[in-house]
Amino acid sequence: MPSAPRTQGRFGLYGGRYVPETLVPALDELTQAFHEAWNDPAFRAELEGHHRKTIGRPTPLTYLPRISDETGLRVYAKREDLCHGGAHKLNNAIGQMLLAMRMGKTRIIAETGAGQHGVATATVCAMFGLKCVVYMGEDDIKRQELNVFRMRLLGAEVRPVGSGTKTLKDATNEAMRDWVTNVGDTHYIVGSCVGPHPYPFIVREFQKVVGEETREQILAEENRLPDALLACVGGGSNAIGFFYPFLEDKAVRLIGAEAGGEGLATGRHAAPLCEGTPGVLHGAYSYLMQDDEGQVIPTHSISAGLDYPGVGPEHSSLKDSGRAEYHAVTDEEALDAFMWLSRSEGIIPAFEPAHAFALLKKLPFDADSLLIINLSGRGDKDMETASRVLEL
Amino acid sequence: MSGKLAGMSAIAGRFASLRDRGEKALVPFVTGGDPPIEHLPMILRTLESGGADLIEVGLPFSDPIADGPTIQASSQRSLDRGTRLEDIFEAVAKASVGVPVIYMGYTNVALRRGFGRFAKGARESGAAGALLSDLTPEEAGDWQAAAKEAGLDTVFLVAPTSTNARIELACGATTGFVYCVSRTGVTGAENRVPADVRETVARVKRHTSLPVCVGFGISQPEHVRMVCEVADGAVVGSHLVNLLAETWREGSGREKLQEAVAGLKAASRI
Repeated sequence: MPSAPRTQGRFGLYGGRYVPETLVPALDELTQAFHEAWNDPAFRAELEGHHRKTIGRPTPLTYLPRISDETGLRVYAKREDLCHGGAHKLNNAIGQMLLAMRMGKTRIIAETGAGQHGVATATVCAMFGLKCVVYMGEDDIKRQELNVFRMRLLGAEVRPVGSGTKTLKDATNEAMRDWVTNVGDTHYIVGSCVGPHPYPFIVREFQKVVGEETREQILAEENRLPDALLACVGGGSNAIGFFYPFLEDKAVRLIGAEAGGEGLATGRHAAPLCEGTPGVLHGAYSYLMQDDEGQVIPTHSISAGLDYPGVGPEHSSLKDSGRAEYHAVTDEEALDAFMWLSRSEGIIPAFEPAHAFALLKKLPFDADSLLIINLSGRGDKDMETASRVLEL
Repeated sequence: MSGKLAGMSAIAGRFASLRDRGEKALVPFVTGGDPPIEHLPMILRTLESGGADLIEVGLPFSDPIADGPTIQASSQRSLDRGTRLEDIFEAVAKASVGVPVIYMGYTNVALRRGFGRFAKGARESGAAGALLSDLTPEEAGDWQAAAKEAGLDTVFLVAPTSTNARIELACGATTGFVYCVSRTGVTGAENRVPADVRETVARVKRHTSLPVCVGFGISQPEHVRMVCEVADGAVVGSHLVNLLAETWREGSGREKLQEAVAGLKAASRI
């Protein structure tokens, strides 16, 4: 089995901990709290209880007959869109909330792009009665209005971030500044497998239930492992949780879909694994969209959840080793897949996993290949944008 | 004097002579490229003539997570003008001030150029040291080696949250002065400096004989005075960045800057 990262939290070359000194003791505390909790059967039992009774796990593995017929493939979807809250994000948010309670923290902060992680964090704060502040870029607030209202309804304070690109990157900067300032009583629930060690490791551990269930379910359905797994990659938490339990199954191709925006050639995209170079952002060394001065480049994607210039360090390591492959999918291809899944199977996906579905048409697969796509979230949040750009 | 300074770095020499005079260090910070880069030589000379003992020059980064709104906005203005690292190095070389200059920036800017090339370029511009705000000693091995090779001092941060073991680590990695953060938080001018900064400085002093300077939230002469009672110097950043943004124009603003620095410097003579 692949082992946990070393003390400094490296996945191959990537990861580490590049933060202001003020935060290091809190990261050490979190690392220790996680290891103690993870080895504590009572913690695991409590988390598993929440999986079943709060999130609604295990989520189904659904065969997609019409898409399979049309493509000549055997395609399944892992239905994370059916999680409470509408996305895989709660798997991580509940886990981190239980850690926060163990550490005696009384205030929770989070960053959010599409708003799914913000909603998940607001949900757990409502459940446990903790104060919740969610940072969100002003541009994202506009395009994910529904989720902003959901967070407020759940009792969270949504703080708009107007600096920089006004999207997830800057919301993350602001959350880190809040944490530096309030580190004594506050836990920062990072929403993806990004950030300084131990976050990429912790988030993967909390998300790997997705891949573990998938493995069991596909063996029960088909009595064999799939030929490939497909998932969208922004920070990459749904993908890493999905891929991780299959890492040692070398015959299973692991395929990530990055946001190609208006096309890689235009420069207006959010595909650091396809087009970026390694650098340090938000506490970790990983592939990054940056210029030759080391300044982070503004990104573009129709999907707020993928509109991020960095990526989780474990994905960078999987890219370099060749164990996983990453492809860019444009806004247009994603919208096309969004319609396709809606009309072929009666499932309206979020824009993010629509990127993964687009790869079914974009990449060559052998006939009858057995493929599973992580349907990481449902599309309700994207209705307003969709109704603007699609003429129906 | 010269015998005492032999073999010392410019930063160590500066603190030694301050000690001889019974003074503490005033360390102003300005962002490279805000006001526009062609003004930087004049700004640095004005800081020197106002009484600066060392000067920190900020290297702008698009995502400065350790900085509050003032330095964020200043960094962004500089980047929007197209300021490049090389432009800042050239302006510092051109200023050729007699006090040690220290670059303060973020890891990615140095890493993108390569720690070795960055350290060499910084040294050749005449700077004496550098501080990367998001680089802790555990991750700094390559950086320390490159800085040593180039003859550049490395400054590391300690914070009120640092354990004694971490203070020990930071002091061990530091070759210039130890930069003690006054509070848990980001940079930015405040109305008061927390009283427990005395305790933090005292803890640091138990671990090192290196000079200790305090920064973050220091804007007024009384803050400098309070900090200099326990530490070897005070860093004033956001307050001066604000002042420059408000008053520095083509051909004006020198007097205001010089006066402000002189007022802060007077408070460090205790």
